[in-house]
Amino acid sequence: MEGVMNSAIIISILATGIRLATPYLLAALGEMFTQRSGVYNLGVEGIMMMGAFAGFFATLHLGSPLLGIIASLIIGALMGLLMALVSVTFKAEQGISGIGLYMFGWGLSGLLYRLYVGGITSIDGLKEVKIPLLSNIPFLGPIFFNQNILVYTALALVPLSGFILYKTSWGLNVRAVGNKPEAADTLGVNVVRIRYECLIVGSMLAGLAGAFLTIGQANMYADNITAGRGFIAIALVYFGRWSPWGILLGSLLFSMADSFQSMVQVLGINFPYELAVILPYVVTIVALAISFGRVWAPAALGKPFQRGTRG
Amino acid sequence: MSSRSRGVFIQIVVLLAALVGALLIGAVFLILAKSDPLKAYGVMFTGPISDKFGITETLVRTVPLLLVGLGIVISFRSGIINIGAEGQILAGAIGAAAVAVSLPDMPAVLLLPLVFLAGGLSGAVWGGIAGWLKARLAVNEILSTVMLNQIALQLYLFLIRGPLIDPKEVSYGTGVPQTASIPQQIWLSRLIPGTRLHSGLIFALLLAVLVYFFLWRTSIGYRMRAVGAGPEAARYAGIKVEWYLILAMALAGGMAGLAGAVEVTGVHHRAIEGISAGYGFSGIVAALFGRLHPLGTIPAAVLFGALLLGADMMQRAVNIPAAMVMVIQGLVVLFVVSSDYFLKNPSFLTHLKAKIFGQKVDGEGGK
Repeated sequence: MEGVMNSAIIISILATGIRLATPYLLAALGEMFTQRSGVYNLGVEGIMMMGAFAGFFATLHLGSPLLGIIASLIIGALMGLLMALVSVTFKAEQGISGIGLYMFGWGLSGLLYRLYVGGITSIDGLKEVKIPLLSNIPFLGPIFFNQNILVYTALALVPLSGFILYKTSWGLNVRAVGNKPEAADTLGVNVVRIRYECLIVGSMLAGLAGAFLTIGQANMYADNITAGRGFIAIALVYFGRWSPWGILLGSLLFSMADSFQSMVQVLGINFPYELAVILPYVVTIVALAISFGRVWAPAALGKPFQRGTRG
Repeated sequence: MSSRSRGVFIQIVVLLAALVGALLIGAVFLILAKSDPLKAYGVMFTGPISDKFGITETLVRTVPLLLVGLGIVISFRSGIINIGAEGQILAGAIGAAAVAVSLPDMPAVLLLPLVFLAGGLSGAVWGGIAGWLKARLAVNEILSTVMLNQIALQLYLFLIRGPLIDPKEVSYGTGVPQTASIPQQIWLSRLIPGTRLHSGLIFALLLAVLVYFFLWRTSIGYRMRAVGAGPEAARYAGIKVEWYLILAMALAGGMAGLAGAVEVTGVHHRAIEGISAGYGFSGIVAALFGRLHPLGTIPAAVLFGALLLGADMMQRAVNIPAAMVMVIQGLVVLFVVSSDYFLKNPSFLTHLKAKIFGQKVDGEGGK
């Protein structure tokens, strides 16, 4: 192995790992806000599929991946609005409404793709942006500072989310609404509004996570391009115990394993393909098993808010 | 009308309204795509009921939908949201096929029950894993079943491409990923010659009645529903909640596993790629549409069997992708879970009517 594992390969694995962490990070940070406000959004996978298609389609026709990013944010917001209507206003059982949203997004992205695009079409996606000086640092430069803009965005969102959640009054309201909605309501916080906001912001980030897959990584769209990443992102929220830094750690563990796994295949190490592919899903279950369920969860998670009742 | 039959009537009206709502939103997407929704829906709804082929093929799709749906009813009623039926179908299909091809000379009277047992048990184990993870380690079952779906799919593909591939596919060099054909003596009999409708339909209908009696007429079923209604209260009443969670998931997985076994013995006569065909998700929709009642799931499974077939026909006739049916199913789920709110809050509808028509309307509606 010494001959194979030279530093160029290690740099490649780590740089790819940072890049692959992006969709997990974006979607999981979004879901963190949603769950912190007391709502499960289990439709993240469907929103990601819609974001992936919207980003791809806008880039294909408008010629600019930045417009693709905007399209994915808008579509994400609309999906979030739909989920909020069903889960917050109509107080539907959130696990089931999430499945509905997932199937809706899955079907609609596939439908629109077949109607408007049809065959395999590639696009000019996001380019790497070298950060001056920093990208010249040996070893660290190519790993951290030669990535596309969504990678930087996702990494920057980690401290930013922490700041918003713990240091702003809006973040305080979000945490209050997720833990003690009745008390928050008594103090004049608009529970329904905060939950709408969190669902929409979280869904926008999920849409962006989907767009990363098409315009930041594959430069094309394919059926089921998300491959369960939306659900893994939800699992990462549990694993990261509803904190941005925990989510970053989980995302990196995952993406590094992913990167290593694909490198094993590239290097032609003999291992059945199907068994390599199941690794992330097995790791997700193990991660959920060792994160001990609901101990750190927001107290009102999954409970629709009804004024005048005690949860 | 008695109050009970009126309740059923209102539920049917609400469900049909949900379906119509989903179809209307679907029509908007069709119009945006410059297709004629009337033509598309025309094919979709008349195709499955216009001839013997349509009706029998609808019922062929009804069988796995009903079996999966029954499993969903059991798990949802016990408070577990199982979306792992896709993986459980695959587990059942490969378990059934593996037993069937390895015992080619066994008489049908022994082999067929054995094959169904293998399919049911494989699905039950695959579902039971998620139940155990939830009961013992508090792992969210929605997430674990999604992961188990992906794992089952890859293991299934690995098996039908490798260890269990039809030796003929290897010797002819064609390499189609599928198992060998199962022995002919256990092919389920055709109910109508010249069609694919098989006796699995009768099996599924009998199971629906059985599940109804199990859930509402046995003490185990009663305890499972008590766990679903409120785990804390159930625990207080001395029910071993953890055990019933595992049992519910194992039974749900077993039903989906049987669906896999029925697809192998009744339709394909081997395990093929893509055998689960989305039934794991459509079965959830059928169960919800059947109001999570085993007997209500029967007509719902027929309806969604027709929708799935109609979508295929629509794709061929007017070139609307069959993905349309997934859009409609997703919307149906969203409408149905939202409709509970209106059923529980009739005053909301009254306010809405008053707002729209500018007058006071009797909140009860009908007699």
